Amino acid sequence: MAGLAFFLVPLAATLEFSLRTAHGHGLAAYRDLVSDPQFWSTLEISLKLAGETAVAALLLLVPTAYWVHLRAPGLRPLVTFVCVLPFVVPPIVLIVGLLDVFRSQTWFVSTPQFLVPGYVVLVLPYVWFSLDSGLRAIDVRTLTDAAQSLGAGRTRALVQVILPSLRASILGAALLTLAIVLGEFTMASLSLFDTFPVYVAYVGQTQATGAAALTIVSFGLLWAAMFCLILVTRGRHRAAVR
Amino acid sequence: MSEVVLRGVRRVFGGVVALESLDIQIGSGELVSLLGPSGCGKTTALKLVAGFDRPSRGTIAIAGRDITGTSASKRGVGMVFQAYSLFPTMTAQRNVEFGLRIRGADRRTRRNRAVELLELVGLGHAADRYPHELSGGMQQRVALARALAIEPRILLLDEPLSALDAKVRVQLRDEIRRLQTELGITTIYVTHDQEEALSVSDRVAVMNGGRIEQIGTPAAIYGEPATPFVAQFIGTINRIEAVVTGAGGEVEVEGTRLVLPAASAYSPGARVVVLVRPETVAIGASVNGGVRFTGTVAASTFLGATTRVKVTTAVGEISADVASVDLGQLTVGAQTAIGFDPGSARVLPQASEAEQRGDRLGVETVEQ
Repeated sequence: MAGLAFFLVPLAATLEFSLRTAHGHGLAAYRDLVSDPQFWSTLEISLKLAGETAVAALLLLVPTAYWVHLRAPGLRPLVTFVCVLPFVVPPIVLIVGLLDVFRSQTWFVSTPQFLVPGYVVLVLPYVWFSLDSGLRAIDVRTLTDAAQSLGAGRTRALVQVILPSLRASILGAALLTLAIVLGEFTMASLSLFDTFPVYVAYVGQTQATGAAALTIVSFGLLWAAMFCLILVTRGRHRAAVR
Repeated sequence: MSEVVLRGVRRVFGGVVALESLDIQIGSGELVSLLGPSGCGKTTALKLVAGFDRPSRGTIAIAGRDITGTSASKRGVGMVFQAYSLFPTMTAQRNVEFGLRIRGADRRTRRNRAVELLELVGLGHAADRYPHELSGGMQQRVALARALAIEPRILLLDEPLSALDAKVRVQLRDEIRRLQTELGITTIYVTHDQEEALSVSDRVAVMNGGRIEQIGTPAAIYGEPATPFVAQFIGTINRIEAVVTGAGGEVEVEGTRLVLPAASAYSPGARVVVLVRPETVAIGASVNGGVRFTGTVAASTFLGATTRVKVTTAVGEISADVASVDLGQLTVGAQTAIGFDPGSARVLPQASEAEQRGDRLGVETVEQ
């Protein structure tokens, strides 16, 4: 009960504050927000970056996780260790390093996509643990052997047998990536890109009620995404039970 | 012609010998079981035939074609695994169709064949169910149908019944044998359950420490074990250590002199083991002539139709299977006579120390 209050009271207070106007309550702050072209452009950039990050991280980690589970279970602790490194390396260190590495590639440093490699590093732990637990729930070895004895090559076994079994893990990893990219400020701000979090910070410094409205909107966005995920995985479960 | 031929197949995992040197020929339509304790190399052998692993040495041929270097997906070998091998996101029917889909069969052919096979294994009604909605026995039936769908030349069964409960196990075992005979498909059946191996096989290969100890019909394996290991692994057997003392089958056991026809093949001084099945051992009044000891009943285990009575004698403990109705006064502690017909005893040389160690350590035998 206390936990629920801890969670709901600030949310309700923020909602109430976002609705305040000079003369009572209204939707003025929200109206201003959706009519601000910067809101849409930064949101678009961040969603695009989130999508690209999710695709890149999954392309990197799905085959890696599959290979580790199938061929080199002894390497699991090592890969896990590498994947949790972002927890101990602050984003500021990461971005300074990345800027240095890509200094000569000005064409790349000047596009927002420059943030993707850094974001991939940031989401590594979440994507890895999500895939790892998904793979541990199935018998990768036997399923692969079975697919191969039926004539499927290694890639086909991965795509047609293993991936469908990992759908929930992959969606979970994508959602976590979205949440992280929509909230990552340090790297974007330091490399001078106007992403959604940078815009949120800017609004927070300039418009009081606007910032509250934005908080509610971005909170809503993530909850909607999470709800979609639950629906999708439940839908699959129901299909399976039918 | 032999359908499957393994020649000098050896597999070493980083200095550990899993398979010493396997030579086996399996005829077309034959069901051969690889039987042995865990770590004896039977699953390693099966994986080599399936193509999931490559031999360190030796060749494997199917239907006269050397497939040692062929990948698993191109061998056309059907395999049923221990458990959890059904694709969890596909229905039973889609599981069975999988191999056909990869072979590019059209939708109707796939469907018809899958339905036909599911009916063959008695699951025509469960085609739309997902693996988690099926019992363990049903899952193994689907796995069998799936393996048969690709019309494999060889069917490999890797302990397919070990995860099932006793009743389903017997039922499915008989069904596998019926299907195998009907379809005339060459089959290798890996199991650690001797009863299973003896009941379904044309021939049984008993494996130990990465080698085949004996290969033969179930009756030969049970009735004429070639080594002490086979004798002890298959069924229950009484083992009495003895020394050959004279020609004509004279042996001595703990000061007692016996004459066993089977021992006449050994020269005096040879250390041998005398092996006698409990069902050929008589007890009490039914002991007549032949080999005879007296002793005390140490334990009596009721097994239903028979009761296994253990009697402590001067030469050690001897078990006898007695019809439960004839048990009479044979309670624990009772004095009784126990004996057997000398002709029913099998005599084998005592395994050397090294061999015994090999028996125990199995795969841990390190390559020199």
